[in-house]
Amino acid sequence: MRPGRAIYLSYVIAALMFLAAPLVVIVWASFFADKTLSFPPSGYTLHWYARAWELEDFARGFVISLQVAVCATFTSLAIGVPASLAIERFRFPGREPLRHILLAPMYVPAIVAGAAVYLYYVQVEISTGLQLAATFPGLLAAHTLVALPWTLRLVSASLASTGSNAEEAARSLGANAFQTFFYVTLPVIRPGIIAAALFSFIASFTELELSLFLVGPGKTTLPIAIVNYLEWNLDSTIAAVATVQILIIGAALLASDRFVNLGKAF
Amino acid sequence: MAVTLKNLIKTFGELRAVDDVSISIQDGELLALLGPSGCGKTTTLRAVAGFVELDSGTVHFGDRDVTRVPVHKRQVGMVFQGYALFPHLTVAQNVEFGLKVRGWERPKVRERVAEMLDWVQLGALSERRPRQLSGGQQQRVALARAMAIRPDVLLLDEPFSALDAKLRLQMRTEIRELQRSANITSVFVTHDQDEAMAIADRIGVINHGRLEQIGSAEDLYQRPVSRFVAGFIGKCNFLEGKVTGSNRFETAAGQALQFSGDHGVGAAALCFRPEHARLAATGSAAGNSVAVTVKLVTYLGPSTEYELEADGGVKLLVTAASIEGRAARNGERMALAWRTEDSFVVAG
Repeated sequence: MRPGRAIYLSYVIAALMFLAAPLVVIVWASFFADKTLSFPPSGYTLHWYARAWELEDFARGFVISLQVAVCATFTSLAIGVPASLAIERFRFPGREPLRHILLAPMYVPAIVAGAAVYLYYVQVEISTGLQLAATFPGLLAAHTLVALPWTLRLVSASLASTGSNAEEAARSLGANAFQTFFYVTLPVIRPGIIAAALFSFIASFTELELSLFLVGPGKTTLPIAIVNYLEWNLDSTIAAVATVQILIIGAALLASDRFVNLGKAF
Repeated sequence: MAVTLKNLIKTFGELRAVDDVSISIQDGELLALLGPSGCGKTTTLRAVAGFVELDSGTVHFGDRDVTRVPVHKRQVGMVFQGYALFPHLTVAQNVEFGLKVRGWERPKVRERVAEMLDWVQLGALSERRPRQLSGGQQQRVALARAMAIRPDVLLLDEPFSALDAKLRLQMRTEIRELQRSANITSVFVTHDQDEAMAIADRIGVINHGRLEQIGSAEDLYQRPVSRFVAGFIGKCNFLEGKVTGSNRFETAAGQALQFSGDHGVGAAALCFRPEHARLAATGSAAGNSVAVTVKLVTYLGPSTEYELEADGGVKLLVTAASIEGRAARNGERMALAWRTEDSFVVAG
């Protein structure tokens, strides 16, 4: 092996270890038997997994997070797929600004966006009497914002890489715009849509800062439940919850990688 | 069905992509649109298909004015560059697509698909996906798919560009035979003059959006009307100068030459093909001849190519059958002679 390559490889391995180490530690710590986190552990147990499930905040937070994430995934697809199609396939004034507005939630710090959305919801409530803050629809709208850039990015990438040739072929064969979309465009970009759905789901499921402003008492999401718990406790329950979350997201990533080459989307 | 294009104009911003193109294509004819990339040939083809909205001009299929008819109602069969097969459908499903969206009944669809796959000899592969096929097979599927809908006209956009050199030769003969057997009016776009000359009935040469010349391969080669056509179809030698009278030409160096055909007096170039000229020790009395120095001799097997330089540094090219006489040597002073009938003049 040439020295250049050896340096390169050790650099890559070091970077990967740096990224993976916290995950390994969390998974490991979730099995520690001690009442408060201490090192080295006195023994190992599965107790914390049982406890995490017994704690109502976590169980409820998990269900709410799941509900919001699933709904936000579908709404962001409902908006993001047509938007990507318009941006990738048509030329119209304001096309680039539109793309950037839809991607903007990715650039704005979530804590800032959360404060802004909260103030906006309060203003809406003052002027119309419609309550949005601390409601499920309000939370869903905010999470859709978080998920939308992912959907747009991945579906656009898929549309761009497949090109419009197959669609034009369909048109020349007599398919109208709707037939072309449902029989050709949609099946061709299906891998991109599946990846977009998974990433949108993950973005929503792990979203913390924005939600902090928008959840009501007793209706917190899982990441918020984790933060709340951490304020007063330091035991392995958190590690157990985090491990479950890591497993869910890891499974989603592995699944999406089977459908699309994620490296090409960015 | 005859296809008539009348005064087609299409601009993209400042660029005139198609500049007043008029062509009448006869029923069953195979027309090639030939030109360098970016010349507007593909835009012209896409205008016939209906993908391009024209600024002005009309497109007729037979007596039917289709200028404002959208693509999907135009009844055109199109073979795309890279074929654009539907990757998620099988060969048979690709071919039946156009029939299904037209609402054909199941038994009729099946019959037509079998007929088309038979026509392109792909019946055995009907359940394969496009990615499991070779380039030539994919092209035949694209052709079967386009022809299944019984189009009024078949359009092919650079149909051979995705194939390797050997397959390209085979497929162009094959497509030509299939086109003849279906007797379908066809237009194909190419930047490859050999391809156009090999299979087209007529060739339209396009440059900068304008139709420079249209005619048989022979017409274009022997009687090109412009310097562009002369240089684009085959190789050509140009001697700059001016036309001084009827069939009389004077080179920039002041030498008098003769040409055939008509051309007005003024700045022009006299042209002749490399294979029409002969190298000799001394010039002959009849026809044209110029003194040259041999610069480079390239032996190509059956023929030998000579790069020459005439007075004033003008570069000329001559090809001769290798068996004729002895080969000239580099640096040798010789005379280059060619017949008046093989000399033509294009505008300077």
